Amino acid sequence: MTDTTGETTAGPRRPRLNLHVLGPVLALIALIILGASLNSNFLSYGNVTNVLARSAFIGIIAVGMTFVITAGGIDLSVGSMAAFVAGVMILAMNAMIPTLGIGVPLIVAGMTVALLAGLGAGLINGFLISKVGIEAFIVTLGSMGIYRSLTTWLADGGTLSLDFDARSFYRPVYYDGILGIAWPIIVFALVAILGELAMRKTPFGRHCAALGANEQVARYSAVKVDRVRMATYVLLGMLVGVATIMYVPRLGSASGSTGVLWELEAIAAVIIGGTVLKGGFGRVWGTVVGVLILSLIDNILNLASIVSPYLNGAIQGVIVILAVVLQREGKSAD
Amino acid sequence: MKRRDIFKGAALGLALAAAGPALAQDTKVIGVAIPSATHGFMGGLNYHAQAAIERLEETYPQLDFVLATAGDAGKMVNDIEDMVATRNISALVVLPFESEPLTSPVQAVKEQGIWVTVVDRGLSVEGIEDLYVAGDNPGFGRVAGEYFAENLGDGDNIVVLRGIPTTLDNERVDAFTAAIDGSGINVLDMQHGNWNRDDAFNVMQDFLSKYDDIDAVWAADDDMAVGVLEAIDQAGRNDEMWVVGGAGMKQIIKRMMDGDPMLPVNVTYPPAQIATAIELTALGLVSDTPVAGRFIIGSQRITPENAEQYYFPDSPF
Repeated sequence: MTDTTGETTAGPRRPRLNLHVLGPVLALIALIILGASLNSNFLSYGNVTNVLARSAFIGIIAVGMTFVITAGGIDLSVGSMAAFVAGVMILAMNAMIPTLGIGVPLIVAGMTVALLAGLGAGLINGFLISKVGIEAFIVTLGSMGIYRSLTTWLADGGTLSLDFDARSFYRPVYYDGILGIAWPIIVFALVAILGELAMRKTPFGRHCAALGANEQVARYSAVKVDRVRMATYVLLGMLVGVATIMYVPRLGSASGSTGVLWELEAIAAVIIGGTVLKGGFGRVWGTVVGVLILSLIDNILNLASIVSPYLNGAIQGVIVILAVVLQREGKSAD
Repeated sequence: MKRRDIFKGAALGLALAAAGPALAQDTKVIGVAIPSATHGFMGGLNYHAQAAIERLEETYPQLDFVLATAGDAGKMVNDIEDMVATRNISALVVLPFESEPLTSPVQAVKEQGIWVTVVDRGLSVEGIEDLYVAGDNPGFGRVAGEYFAENLGDGDNIVVLRGIPTTLDNERVDAFTAAIDGSGINVLDMQHGNWNRDDAFNVMQDFLSKYDDIDAVWAADDDMAVGVLEAIDQAGRNDEMWVVGGAGMKQIIKRMMDGDPMLPVNVTYPPAQIATAIELTALGLVSDTPVAGRFIIGSQRITPENAEQYYFPDSPF
């Protein structure tokens, strides 16, 4: 809706856009300058790769979360869902080793299982929310607990580990890449670009925003409200599957403590990026900036060790709030 | 007061007479209340508790067990109250979820003349429990620190990963720091890895970016060691440093048995301490063997040579 007001008058558009949009970008640039001045290794190839690759999991999930939030929903279950999908994927791959052997078919089968598990989980959330009509907060709060316990149960309270040889074969999916760019970064970039296009250029993206802005109006405008809402949760579930595909080769294991609080990091990234928590407006590239801000804070705190590690959480909190305040000030200025 | 003492004495007499042939047919019930298996260590603890109970039920037909696992302190209190009210337990083995909230409920159990064994985390009032069984947290840090002091010298650099900020973590780190004091070892950095593989992986990646010269890592926990090893492997710096984890996770012990040069030692903090507690409690009920007091399980140094005796392939941890 902000776009339409901008188009009516060409004059004030530029300063409003600058202030409103550039808040998180400015925060990101400030963090990069801070990091570079604190440690000379900050901008090294190794560190940049590390930060981008570890952002990929939350990042891929946060792109999906952008659609859910834009459509006026919320999903608290993604962290637990990632742990559960990882657990199912590891169990399935271990079980398929005798029949498929260790090789590309096993990896492809494992990836398919992860995508299907994610899709199924998203479908259940979406069905309960859009067809049964239960509050998204409650449904996903419930499934958050369910997936977390199921993972612990599958692992018998311990850790599920991928077969050692299978893992050695699968490992390059996280650690290698093409032209020196690691696979998780490539996948994250692809997901982000496709997400941005879907949000801006396709009817689906427009329908999400319409649904989040005003459900009644969207319904009168012949938007299939239930179907769009369901699709956002299915999309998010599948992206959780994609994130898991990149996550499992990293450590080759999943346990009850996998993906704890990922849901809140993803939601925070979406909001930092300028998507409205109440729905109605979403910005995928902003989400990417938000994810990068969150991982850079961690990275800088580790690299610099200027404050007591007990205070890391507090500093993260302050920066998250500041990034959003910058943006909101920009908004109220017009 | 006096009546309660008589009651207590009667209960004690009953407990001591358990071995007597006249009462051999009477079944005694031992209640076991532990936190649920939310992470690796507690998973191992649950496994060892169940294994010990199975073993004891076979050995002593006159003993019966109630096992309850709780996800929070409130549920644990309910579990204990239920055990006393409905199962008429003769002894309680409890690993308090948190010290403060469990103290008065356990005290109430004790006042009914029931034998109380407390495991790992002490209650906040002293003298409630008949038997206290626990691992040695300062020892856990000290044993690791001693290995560092023996094998590193002046000017060598190490980094440390800490757990979730708690008293327990502080005790370990303080003892570690005291043990390497005076050895000239330079602690470059300490950050919290929260006993979590992913967090430890990220922290170690950043340590590796930040420092060109690291000679050893105290990962302080085997879950964190897994993340640390992976980060070192990714950076291709395997030959530069070794890693000491802790608590004896089976995957790590297996790698030590196979002679991994990056894992020279490990330090025990056995989840099987719950088995010690249950066994001793049962022994006290079925025989005249005195088991009251404190039983601190020392933190042992595991080396590749003795690793096999610490390897439990069936345990989830």
